[in-house]
Amino acid sequence: MHPIRKQRLIVVLLIVVGSSLAAFFIIKALKQNLNLFYEPSRVANGEAPIDRQIRVGGMVAEGSLIRQANSLTVNFIITDFAANVAVEYSGILPDMFAENAGTVVTGFLSESGIFFADQVLAKHDENYMPPEVSAALDRAKDTVNQPDN
Amino acid sequence: MIPEIGHFSLLLCLPLALVMAVVPLIGVAAKNIVWMRFASTLAIMQWVLLFLSFLALSYSFFIDDFTVKLVTLHSNTALPWYFKLSAVWGNHEGSLLLWVFILASWTLAVGLASSSIPLVMKTRVLSVLAMISVGFLAFIIFTSNPFDRSLIMTPSEGNDLNPLLQDIGLIIHPPMLYIGYVGFSVAFAFAIAALLEGRFDAEWARWTRPWTNIAWAFLTVGIALGSWWAYYELGWGGWWFWDPVENASLMPWLAGAALVHSLSATEKRGVFKSWTILLALLAFSLSLLGTFLVRSGILVSVHAFASDPERGLFILAFLFIVVGGSLLLYALKAPIMKGGAVFALISRENLLLINNVLFAIALTVVLLGTLFPLVSTALDLGSYSVGAPYFNAMFAPLGLLTVFIMGFAPFIAWNRFTLLKQQSRQWILHLLLAIFLAMLLVSGLSHQYVADFNFLAFFIASLCLWLAVNTLSHFFFRIKHGGLSFHSLSQLSLSYYGMVIAHIGMAVMILGIGITSIYESQKDVRMAISDNVSINSYRYQLSEISSVTASNYDATRASVNVYHDSAGEPSRLITTLYPEKRFYRASRNMMTEAGIDASLSRDLYVSLGEQLEPGVWAVRVHVKPLVRCIWLGAILISLGAILATFDKRYKRSSAARSEPGLGSPSNH
Repeated sequence: MHPIRKQRLIVVLLIVVGSSLAAFFIIKALKQNLNLFYEPSRVANGEAPIDRQIRVGGMVAEGSLIRQANSLTVNFIITDFAANVAVEYSGILPDMFAENAGTVVTGFLSESGIFFADQVLAKHDENYMPPEVSAALDRAKDTVNQPDN
Repeated sequence: MIPEIGHFSLLLCLPLALVMAVVPLIGVAAKNIVWMRFASTLAIMQWVLLFLSFLALSYSFFIDDFTVKLVTLHSNTALPWYFKLSAVWGNHEGSLLLWVFILASWTLAVGLASSSIPLVMKTRVLSVLAMISVGFLAFIIFTSNPFDRSLIMTPSEGNDLNPLLQDIGLIIHPPMLYIGYVGFSVAFAFAIAALLEGRFDAEWARWTRPWTNIAWAFLTVGIALGSWWAYYELGWGGWWFWDPVENASLMPWLAGAALVHSLSATEKRGVFKSWTILLALLAFSLSLLGTFLVRSGILVSVHAFASDPERGLFILAFLFIVVGGSLLLYALKAPIMKGGAVFALISRENLLLINNVLFAIALTVVLLGTLFPLVSTALDLGSYSVGAPYFNAMFAPLGLLTVFIMGFAPFIAWNRFTLLKQQSRQWILHLLLAIFLAMLLVSGLSHQYVADFNFLAFFIASLCLWLAVNTLSHFFFRIKHGGLSFHSLSQLSLSYYGMVIAHIGMAVMILGIGITSIYESQKDVRMAISDNVSINSYRYQLSEISSVTASNYDATRASVNVYHDSAGEPSRLITTLYPEKRFYRASRNMMTEAGIDASLSRDLYVSLGEQLEPGVWAVRVHVKPLVRCIWLGAILISLGAILATFDKRYKRSSAARSEPGLGSPSNH
C-alpha cells in the first residue's frame, strides 16, 4: 500500500475506534444518570423503583413541614392531592420553598416508603409552577374526578 | 412618541433587510456592481434604524415610561438607572431586540472593515447576514414586539426586574454572550458564500478567521461571566450546573473552538476544507438552537422568560430552514472541494485533527445530554432529567486528554514532524518539572486544607503544568533564539502570542476546575449568634444579625467573622463577611446574597439560609481553593483569541497574498 494511503488509513481507523469508544462511554454514562420523574400517585402505586435516583414533584402539603431540633434535617410531604410521599432532606431549603407551593425533589426512595432527597428545587418566583408539577397535579385531578378510569 | 419612533424604525428594518437579502444577490448574478455595492449602504441604514429602535426602548426604560407594557412588566421606579438600562435585555422582547441589533452591528462591521475582500464575496456575505436578520426581525415584529403599549389605564408603578438580574454581572453578561453567539453568523455567512461561489481556498479561511476568533473570544467571556454570576448571585457557591441553558451556550463554544483550530489548518495548509465549512455552519446553527432552547420557554430556568408556544414554533421553523437549507447547499457543493496538501502521520495537521475530534465528542456529549430530556418529554416517553455526573464523567477525561495533547502543540510543525533526540529529552525534562511542581502544589494544598494527598488532583495538576511549562518554554526558546530583545519580542506574530496566552489560559482554567472540585469543602449548619463552625483551618463565627432597608428591598444581614486557626498561634481575624437574605418588595421575591472573600488562592464563602427559630439560622459555609483560576483562565483564553485576531496578516490586502505568513512553522 502507498505509504500516504497507509497513514491516512491509520488516522481514519484511530478516529473510528476512538469515536466508538467515546460513544460507548457516553451511552453508558447517560444511562446511569437519567433521572425519571414520578408523580406521588405513581410512587404510591409502587411504580417507582427503589434505590435508583429519581425525581418526585408536587405540592408541599399544608402543615407537613417539620424541622428536627439541633440539625438541618426536615421532613415534609409532597402531594398531588391523590397520594402523598413523605420526604426527608438534610440541608438548606431553597428561598421560595414553602408549604402549598410546588417543588421537585431528586433522591432515592427507600423500602419504608420515605423518600430521601439529595436536592430540593422550588419555583423561582411567586407566579411560577414547575411544568412537571402542574402536569402531575392535572393528571391527579383527572383521576380523582373520574375514579372509574 | 419616543416608543413609536422605536417601533417604526424596527418595522422599517424588515423591508430593508428583505431588499438587502435579495437585490445585491441579483446584482451578483447580473454582474451589476452598483447593485452589489448597495449591500454596504443598506447595512449602514439597517444599523442606524436598529440603533434608534434600541435607543428608544432604552429611553423608555430610563424614564419609567409605563405606557410601554414591557417597561411595566420588567422595571420599577425604585431601580437604580443602570439596572433600568439592563432591564432592557432582562426580558424576552428586549433581549431579542439586542440580538438583532448586535447582528446589525456585525453586518455593519463586515460592510465597513472588509475592504480587502472581493466585492462578490462580500456582497454574498452581507446578503446572507440580511437573510438571518429578516428571520429575526419577523420574529420580533410578529410575535414579540417590545414596543407594545397600554395607553388606557397606565399603571403608576412597574413590576420590577427579577432581583436575580439586578446585578453588575447581568448588565454585561447577555451583551457579551450575544456578541459571541451572533458573531458566528459571520463565519456562517462566509461559509454559505464560499459554497455559493465554489471557492474554498486559503484566502477564504484568512478572511473568515479574524471574525471567528473575535466571536469566539466574546462567547468565552460571556460564558465565564455567566458562570461567575451564578457563583456569587445564585448564592450557593456552584459555578457550573450543566443547566440546559448553560449547555446551550457551551455547544456553540465547543464548535467554535474546533472551528478556530480547523480554520488555521485550512488557511495554512489548505486541508480539512469541507470539515471547516461544516463546522462554520454548525457553530451558528448551534447558536440558533441555543436561542431556540432559551427563548421558546421549553426549558425551566432563570433564563426562560417566555413560555409562548407560538414563539417556540417560530424559532424552530427558522432553525429548520437555516440548518436544512445550509446542509442542502453543503451536500450539493461540498463534493467539488478538493483535498489539500499531503501530510505525515505526526504533523500539526493531525494534531489539529485530534483537537477537532475531541471537541466534536465533547459537543456530542453536551448535545445528547441536553436534547434527550426534551425529546423524551416531547414523545411522551417520560420526563427525564440528565444528572450532572453524566457530564462530569465525560468531560473530565476529554478535558485532560486535550490538555495533554495541547502540551505538544507548539513543537509539532506543519506537514511533517521528525522527533529529534534533543526534543524528546526536552519533553521528558518538562514532564519531570511539571510532576515536581504538581507535587509541591498538591502537598501545599493538602497541608493547607488538612486533607490527604489526593492523587487525582496530583494527576490533573501535572497535566496542566505540563501544558504550561511546554508552552512557556517554547515561547522563551523562541525569544532567546531571536536574541532576547524587544526586537525579537516584536518579531513574533500576534497569532503566536495569542496561541501561547490562550493555551496557558486553558491550563489555568482546567487546574482551577480540578483543584476546586477536589479540595473545596462545604458545610450546612445551624448557627445561633456567636456559634462557630470550622472548615479546615478556617473558623466562621456568626457575630450579629441585623436588618437593612434599601430602596427596593428589605434584608436580613448576618455578620460572619472568619478566623484562621493554626496550631501554636493565636487565631487571626481574616475578614468579616456580610451575607444577606433579601426580600424584594415589588416582585415579592426572596434572594440569597452571598458574602465572599475572594483571593487568587482561595475564596471564603458564606450564605444565609432560612431562619429556623428566633436567633437561629441555617448557614452554608465554603472554602474554595483556586476557584478564581477558572475565570482567570477563561479571560486568558479570550485574550489570546483577541490577540490572534489582530495579527497583521489579516490586515494585508489580497494583493500581498503570495507571501507566506512570516515563514515560520510555528505561526498559527
